[in-house]
Amino acid sequence: MLTTVDNNVDEIGFEISNQTLIKSQSLSFLIGEKKILSGISLNISKEEIVTVIGPNGAGKTTLLRLLLGLIPVSSGKIFRKQKLRIGYLPQRAVYNPVLPLSVRRLMNLTGNFSKIQIEASLDETGVKALKDKPVSQLSGGEYQRVMLARALLRNPELLVLDEPVQGVDYMGESELYNLIGNLRKKLGCGVLMVSHNLHVVMASTDRVLCLNQHICCEGKPKDVTQHPEYLRMFGLKTTNSMAIYNHHHDHEHDFSGKF
Amino acid sequence: MTLLDDFFWRAIIAGLGVAVLAGPLGCFVVWRRMSYLGDTMAHSALLGIALGFFLNIDLMIGVFAVALVVALILFFFQRQKMLTNDAVLGTLSHASLAMGVLIISLMAWIRIDLMGYLFGDILAVSLIDLYWIYGGGILILVILLMLWRPLLAITFDSELAQAEGISVLVVQLLFMLLIAAVIALSMKIIGILLVTSLLIIPVSAARSFSNTPEQMALGGALIGISSVILGLFTSLYFDTPSGPSIVIAAVLFFFAVQILPFKQFKY
Repeated sequence: MLTTVDNNVDEIGFEISNQTLIKSQSLSFLIGEKKILSGISLNISKEEIVTVIGPNGAGKTTLLRLLLGLIPVSSGKIFRKQKLRIGYLPQRAVYNPVLPLSVRRLMNLTGNFSKIQIEASLDETGVKALKDKPVSQLSGGEYQRVMLARALLRNPELLVLDEPVQGVDYMGESELYNLIGNLRKKLGCGVLMVSHNLHVVMASTDRVLCLNQHICCEGKPKDVTQHPEYLRMFGLKTTNSMAIYNHHHDHEHDFSGKF
Repeated sequence: MTLLDDFFWRAIIAGLGVAVLAGPLGCFVVWRRMSYLGDTMAHSALLGIALGFFLNIDLMIGVFAVALVVALILFFFQRQKMLTNDAVLGTLSHASLAMGVLIISLMAWIRIDLMGYLFGDILAVSLIDLYWIYGGGILILVILLMLWRPLLAITFDSELAQAEGISVLVVQLLFMLLIAAVIALSMKIIGILLVTSLLIIPVSAARSFSNTPEQMALGGALIGISSVILGLFTSLYFDTPSGPSIVIAAVLFFFAVQILPFKQFKY
C-alpha cells in the first residue's frame, strides 16, 4: 500500500532531501504472477523535468498510476512530500460527445474555482479564448492545453503528464513541450511525464528514464541516447553509435525484451 | 365510468414519478455508455418477479434484489479484467432471463400474466406501488443530488477523478444501487422488456437542445413526463399495453427533436 512519510527521513532511515517531491524504492507491480514492473527506484526533485520513455507495454502508465496511488503497489515503497499537490493529466480518454460540457465547466468538475482563477489558468496555457467552447469541439492540441490548464488550477508542486502531446501535430508538440518547460520555471513545479516521441522531448527534459518493465537506463538526454539499452530499444537513429556513455548498466535484453 | 377511473390516475401518477427519476439517472446511463447494463438488469427483473412469487414477497423487492446482485457480479468481473463488459453482461442477461422463465414454468400452481409484466399494464399499479415510487423516488433523487458532481467527474475520466480525491468505487456502487431501484420502481408501468427505454430515449432526445448536463437531465425528465402522459392516454383509449405506448410516444419526441432546428445550441 501507499506509504507517505515525513519530509526528511522515514522509519527505516531512508534519506530524502528536502528537494524531493516523490521517491520510490524497489517498486514492483504484478498482475497475478505476471511482472508488470519491478525494482523501480526513482526520485523527482523540485523544478525537475523527468521523462519516462519506453516501448508499448513497458509499464509507463502503470508507473504513473502507482506513483499517484491509483493502484496499490505489490512491493516496495513510495515516499511523497507531505501534502504534495499533484496536477494530473491522464492519457487522453475517449470523450463521449453525448455529455454536454463546456470548457469552463470541465475546469470546475472536481473543485470550486473562481472565474478569475479559471481564466488565469487557461490564459497560462494559451487557451483563454476557448473558455465557453464545448469540450466535444476542441482539437487535439486545444484539448491537451485545456487539460493542462485544469491540472494547473490546483497550483501543483508536481505535474504528472501521461503522453501530453497525444493527438497533437508535430508543430504543436514542440510548442506544448516548450510550454511545459516554461511552466516549470514559472510555477517552480516538478514535472513527471511519459512520452514516446524521443526527439522532441529530449530538448526540454532534465532527466530521462528508459523503462521496459524495469529502469533500463537513466540520465541526461544526451547520455541516454547513446546508451546501448536505449539504442537497442529505439534503433540506431544516430551515426555515432560508438559514442562513449558514462553511466552504469548491469544486464542485457534479448529480442523479446526479457532479461 | 369516466376518464377518472382510479386505476388510470394511479398509472399516470406512477408514470410521472418514474419519468422524473429517469431524467437525471438516464443521463448517466447514456453518458457512461451503460445502456446494455440497463438492459441486463431489466432482463434480470423477470428472475426477480419469479423469485418474488416463489418467496411470496413484494415483487418490487424481488426485482430490486436481483438487479443489485447482477450489478455486484458485474462489478466483480470488471475488477478481474478477464472478460469484457459486454461478454459478462450478455451472460448475466440471458442467465437471469432463462432462470426467471424456468422458475415461473416450474410454479405450475401460479398463473402469471407474463405479457403484463413484460410490457407493462396500467391496471397493475396499486396504491402501495405509488407509496413505493414516491417514497423511494425522493430518496433516489436526494442520493443522486449528492452524487451529482462526483458522478460527473467519474463520467468524464474516472482515473482523473480518483487522482483528485473522489472515492470512485463507492460512487459507482451507489449509482448501480440507484439504477437497480429505478428499474424496480418502473417495472410495472413500462414492463420488464422496455424498462430501460425510459432511461435512454427521453434524455437522448433532450441532448440536441442541452448546453449543460443539468439541462439535459431536466429536458429528459420533461420529455419523459410528456411521453408518459401521451402513452397512457393512448393505452387507455386504444387498449394497448402501457409500456409500448409510452415508448412509442418517447420515440416520436426523439425524432421530432431531431427535425426541429436547434442550431443556436452549439454544445
